[in-house]
Amino acid sequence: MRDISKSIPKEDHVEKVSGRALYVSDIKMDRMLFAKTVRSIHPKAKIESIEIPELPKDYFIVDYKDIPGENYVKMIFEDWPIFAENTVNYIGDPIMLVVGKNKHIINQIIEQIKIEYKILKPMFDYKKSVINKKFTKGNIKKAFVKPFKKVSGIYETGYQEQAYIEPQGFIAYPEGEKKITLIGSIQCPYYVKNAVIVALGCENDEVRVIQPTVGGAFGGKEEFPSVMACQLAVAVRKIGRPIKMIYEREEDMEVTTKRHPSKIKLTAAVDENHHIKGIKAYVSLDSGAYMGLSGVVLARAMIAATDAYTIDNLDVSGDVYETNTVPNGAFRGFGSPQMIFAFEMFMNHIAKELDIDPLPFRLNHLAKQNDLTSTSGIFRDPIIMEKMIQKAMEISDYKNKYKAYQDSSVFKGIGMSWFLHGCGFTGSGESTHIKAKVKLRKDKNNQVYILVAAVEMGQGAKTSLKKIVVQTLDIPSKQVTFNNPDTDFVPDSGPTVASRTIMIVGGLLARAALKLKETWIEDQEMEIIENYQQPEYIEWDEDTMQGDAYPAYSWGVNIVEVEVSPVTYQTNLKGIWSVYDAGKSIDDRLVLGQADGGIAQGVAYGYLEVMKHEKGKIRQKTMTDYIIPTAVDMPRTETVIMENPYILGPYGAKGVGELTLVGGAPAVALAIEQAITKKVKKIPATPEYIMELINHE
Amino acid sequence: MSNIKFKLNGQDVDLNLDPSMRLLDVLRNHFQLTGPKEGCGEGECGACAVLLDGHIVHSCCLPLANVHEKEVVTIEGFSKTKRYQALADAMLEEGGSQCGICTPGMMIAAESLLSQNPKPTEDEIRIGISGNLCRCTGYNMIVKAIKTASKKGDGLW
Repeated sequence: MRDISKSIPKEDHVEKVSGRALYVSDIKMDRMLFAKTVRSIHPKAKIESIEIPELPKDYFIVDYKDIPGENYVKMIFEDWPIFAENTVNYIGDPIMLVVGKNKHIINQIIEQIKIEYKILKPMFDYKKSVINKKFTKGNIKKAFVKPFKKVSGIYETGYQEQAYIEPQGFIAYPEGEKKITLIGSIQCPYYVKNAVIVALGCENDEVRVIQPTVGGAFGGKEEFPSVMACQLAVAVRKIGRPIKMIYEREEDMEVTTKRHPSKIKLTAAVDENHHIKGIKAYVSLDSGAYMGLSGVVLARAMIAATDAYTIDNLDVSGDVYETNTVPNGAFRGFGSPQMIFAFEMFMNHIAKELDIDPLPFRLNHLAKQNDLTSTSGIFRDPIIMEKMIQKAMEISDYKNKYKAYQDSSVFKGIGMSWFLHGCGFTGSGESTHIKAKVKLRKDKNNQVYILVAAVEMGQGAKTSLKKIVVQTLDIPSKQVTFNNPDTDFVPDSGPTVASRTIMIVGGLLARAALKLKETWIEDQEMEIIENYQQPEYIEWDEDTMQGDAYPAYSWGVNIVEVEVSPVTYQTNLKGIWSVYDAGKSIDDRLVLGQADGGIAQGVAYGYLEVMKHEKGKIRQKTMTDYIIPTAVDMPRTETVIMENPYILGPYGAKGVGELTLVGGAPAVALAIEQAITKKVKKIPATPEYIMELINHE
Repeated sequence: MSNIKFKLNGQDVDLNLDPSMRLLDVLRNHFQLTGPKEGCGEGECGACAVLLDGHIVHSCCLPLANVHEKEVVTIEGFSKTKRYQALADAMLEEGGSQCGICTPGMMIAAESLLSQNPKPTEDEIRIGISGNLCRCTGYNMIVKAIKTASKKGDGLW
């Protein structure tokens, strides 16, 4: 049988390269109307009155009074309103939709709407904690009794915008008497469906969600699309015609979810042998106005508290703070990039405080198989990090460059990050919340249909999942069909998030395919359903955060080389090298594509991408102001995939999507640190920050 | 309203429209050519790129009046050429397309570059596509694809 890693043509290649692929904005319908959102212009205010001008025929206002069901967007908490009722909590909080045929007339109506506000005092500081979590490992008190050295560091990370090139959008329309169908740029068809059911207070079969081609998502289309979907569904229920709402870039950047800004405090107790006895970690996240998924993001950040290292005694705590700013949410890595940046910098900073070489110090703390994880679970599977580090240093000529760049006059640096990423949902999420289900159907002509809710958003899900089924069934590729998810036909295999698509959904599909193969009856209709089952040895206590937080971990090493201009303090990337253990790659070219794209986002998070708010107003809300890397900013990247098959993964595969992002920021920050010989504690490490470090420290 | 005449994907067209309309809207709404995408609406991302007399332009920033008496080629027109096929094959081989939203614009940028410089260096390729943003690939595989197309499609440009 051929090696599954060997690349095959990407399933959706032809339609995408030729421009024929249809994204939501390309879809038109008869009698279609457009919608635009009227939003709060204050970070916190009470709505005193709203004056609506006389509306032309076939123009409509849709607000909270039109919601037949509940006025919240179903996620985890029930705090995120579909439309504001009496108060607004951030600049951009939606108040109503204006719906009609002509976009210019819609804009004119919006200009004439008068909203009187009573301005309230907004909160921007980390003061109001809404979610608090905490766990310990070992005996932290004992670890901190008379330490040889105590080292502390405070690390800060900024916003990061997903900056998918296709802005968010939906088209929703009535189908028959009761049903509302939504086509949208989404990652999670069933999140959208379930949220709309609550908003409409309707039956399960009255909402249908269809995925068109999705133009990038990176977490940005995980929970936010549910907000738009609920609003549009309410509008369609009221008006009874197809309605399209596509955000313009500025609106998208100003009001959709972003990576949580964070402040992380780390304190280590080190003994005379330069061994870390214990670590206290405190993470604070800015959730913005509503909680959304922030609690889960916090959990992932906290669980990553010791990164790829084993520390015996821990005290890890964290808070999610509510502020009157745009709600933050999912973004590739989901809390882990913040923590891994902080921890990698901290390990190097401890070594500096001890005046020792960071490399052997870090190596001495590297996690090994059978070690206890931060949450006292077990690293059950082989860890091949030492081999991976060796390889990464070899291909980048790390040692020689590191030595040469210790000369502070050259303004060059090379940084290396080590990291892990837990695959699948955090904790018991897969077994208690998601309960993934996949289906394979075979028709009388022996054509096999893959029925899952997994979304192709560029990462290659269609190609990879189909490849798993084709290879397992051992039939020609054209005999297997994978259409975009439509909730009227596919079961809920869970959201397309958390690096779970290949490992969890792919794993279930592999099992289903094997069953189909074993029971195959030619020319007969057949259907196989597989449900997720948690491996029995996995135990997790959600309240105490103890046990196996993830069924498996993927591992990585990133090396980044930079040159910093002593005149402009601008950072130039000179090279990027990566080595990953994602179990077994299902398609080498797709994994390498994830690697290239992930590291670009990760490195840019560390030195380039600046987004800030001023009194609740997002300052960078265009692609001109929010800078993402161009082809000129990126150097050539070199990636090595190392095999380390995971026994429960399909063909040994683990998660890969997020892994490739999480190490980018610390690698570039460590390189900048060497180049300027100052400790970098804040990302993005902009020229302004570098200047401040050089001039004032 | 003004009378605007231009060649679109090889066909003569004659329109009576507001000359200040964005070329992108005319292409997408009047001609149903949805290959050019709107990513940013301000000429930063290049998803809306088309060829104007063989050179790349951002159709989201181009008033219709500017194409009068000129030739416009969108991805739909370009995809019928041998050069397109060479580029498309190279993109497949190197993995240059992921979510696909920037891809039509990248193809146009590659064509614009190769038609002026059939044998570009890696640096020249990076500069050539620097007006087109891609958030998925980190550009590595797109750069390789253009290099491969230039090699394998030798003589086409």
